[in-house]
Amino acid sequence: MTLAAGVEGSNSTLNIIIFLVFVAITLVIVFRASRNTKTASDYYAAGRAFTGPQNGIAISGDYLSAASFLGIAGAIAVNGYDGFLYSIGFLVAWLVALLLVAELLRNTGKFTMGDVLAFRMKQTPVRAAAAISTLVVSFFYLLAQMAGAGGLVNLLLGIEGEAGQDVVIAVVGVIMIVYVLIGGMKGTTWVQIIKAALLIVGAFAMTLWVLGKYGFNLSSLFQAAVDKGGKGGAALLDPGKQYGKTGTTKLDFLSLGIALVLGTAGLPHVLMRFYTVPTAKDARRSVVWAIVLIGVFYLFTLVLGYGAGALVGPDKISKAPGTTNAAAPLLALELGGPVLLGFISAVAFATILAVVAGLTITASASFAHDVYASVLKKGQVSTGGEVRVARITALVIGALAIAGGILAKSQNVAFLVALAFAVAASANLPTILYSLFWKRFNTQGALWSIYGGLVVTIVLIVFSPAVSGKPVDAKTGKSASMIQGVDFHWFPLDNPGLVSIPAAFLLGWLGTVLSKERNAKKYAEMEVRALTGAGAEKAVTH
Amino acid sequence: MSSTEHDVGGAEPQTDWESVQGSPEFTDLRRRLRVFVFPMTALFLLWYLLYVLLADYAHGFMSTKLAGNINVGLVFGLLQFVSTFVITGLYVRYANRKLDPVSDEIRARIEGEPGK
Repeated sequence: MTLAAGVEGSNSTLNIIIFLVFVAITLVIVFRASRNTKTASDYYAAGRAFTGPQNGIAISGDYLSAASFLGIAGAIAVNGYDGFLYSIGFLVAWLVALLLVAELLRNTGKFTMGDVLAFRMKQTPVRAAAAISTLVVSFFYLLAQMAGAGGLVNLLLGIEGEAGQDVVIAVVGVIMIVYVLIGGMKGTTWVQIIKAALLIVGAFAMTLWVLGKYGFNLSSLFQAAVDKGGKGGAALLDPGKQYGKTGTTKLDFLSLGIALVLGTAGLPHVLMRFYTVPTAKDARRSVVWAIVLIGVFYLFTLVLGYGAGALVGPDKISKAPGTTNAAAPLLALELGGPVLLGFISAVAFATILAVVAGLTITASASFAHDVYASVLKKGQVSTGGEVRVARITALVIGALAIAGGILAKSQNVAFLVALAFAVAASANLPTILYSLFWKRFNTQGALWSIYGGLVVTIVLIVFSPAVSGKPVDAKTGKSASMIQGVDFHWFPLDNPGLVSIPAAFLLGWLGTVLSKERNAKKYAEMEVRALTGAGAEKAVTH
Repeated sequence: MSSTEHDVGGAEPQTDWESVQGSPEFTDLRRRLRVFVFPMTALFLLWYLLYVLLADYAHGFMSTKLAGNINVGLVFGLLQFVSTFVITGLYVRYANRKLDPVSDEIRARIEGEPGK
């Protein structure tokens, strides 16, 4: 039986057909959207012509990755309350973007994070630093998504064996490259809008279905999850099942919570979305839409997670291929049979596709705009030339993502995403906030906070138990660390945020006060532009 | 040395940004923005931190059952959603009423009267 490794009762032909229909529809839309993509502003920022609500839906499409859909629902099903904590951090984080970053960023930049940081600094070093940190964050996030794609294939399509999974990762990568090359930001945005709509509608339908089974009584749903959970069932409703074991795990949870809440407003692919709307007011509107959609979606995952716990049971989920990631698909199968499972599987794939496309366009824009056009060519480059370089870069990044995804497919998706958040919170956020709000901030401060945050984060991760030295699990015979059989860890926490974020803020301050550079004139211009929107890039009319 | 050209075009190059920055209207706009966003940021970060610390270190309290299987932890978690939505709403209302009119006026002046 070819479906042996897939979810029992799943119809992989049906899953593949639904997925192909999604790809076909989105490709048609991407081709249509590409007709007007000519200038750099079209390619990177969709001509700044999306409305606030459209961009808000696209942001939620960009943000609600497979990790947050499959990962959080699964974490709640198996670990109960502790899984819920993730979604709260992911949501509250948007207030940082709304209150401090989105509008000011839209008013002062053009395409990338580097634009804002370089506004009043020495262009070359700051843009190079911004591009490096953008590429690092995007690459970790990309790896996470591609690794997730590999696991999903195993789970949903019943494709067995290394070679089969590799082929599917490559296919996902190639489709994504086509979206980005042809559609640019406009095509990518439409893919994200469609995907977000499908994901939220699908999750909403399943939520109603689950609640309906328990008479719309949350308490009875919880009771059912507790009953089905067996011995550990009662602990599902209380915090601490996953993180409450020792003092170190508690500290680790605090560190994760801080990285989650401060990371979002430093994620380059989120920041770049603010440039696709005509004004700062539209950027504000898009964040409001994103907060509402993301918040409501996380409420759905709470019900779906406990629903999977109650109707499928943690035992069956842990034994399924893909383990906790299987909770939402298994619940779909339990509720609506193979057709609903096929739909949810296709949505999960679409999710990966859309997020990967968003990351790729961000990384390629950062390279072409900050490194190629500004650092290498000193601004002496035609927009046509810059867009050509961006397209070539997208191709290279796509190839790297495919190769990386194939190599990383056994890695823990949530770990890779947490890593990306930790780097974003440490290297990017302090620099952005200083740059927008602190008059004295200068080039040296920016370099210290970006490179310092980046280096501290990566060093702490390399020497963390996530990479080496976790005890070997008696059941599986494997350690939960990335590398087996060696132990070179000295930092006790999996997540470095608790140390690396304050360190980056401190370094940014120290670098600034140790340098004599001051530029009151440029700060005056930046502050006035940031707050009033004077001279901000306008929408392109075709 | 690279040029200090900035990428954002549109405004007249001869705008005297420092005098705009020093003008009472702009100082007022900056005060209005900061007086809202800084305390609000501190508030929601502390509120979130309180929640994380309670979930992390006060298991007994968070596990207290209130009604049926609804415990303090769940209510606290849902309150984080509520507070996020409420702060979003408050900010939008504040920005529409207190920030946008002032910033629109200053922008119109800069873009309409170069050199002023």
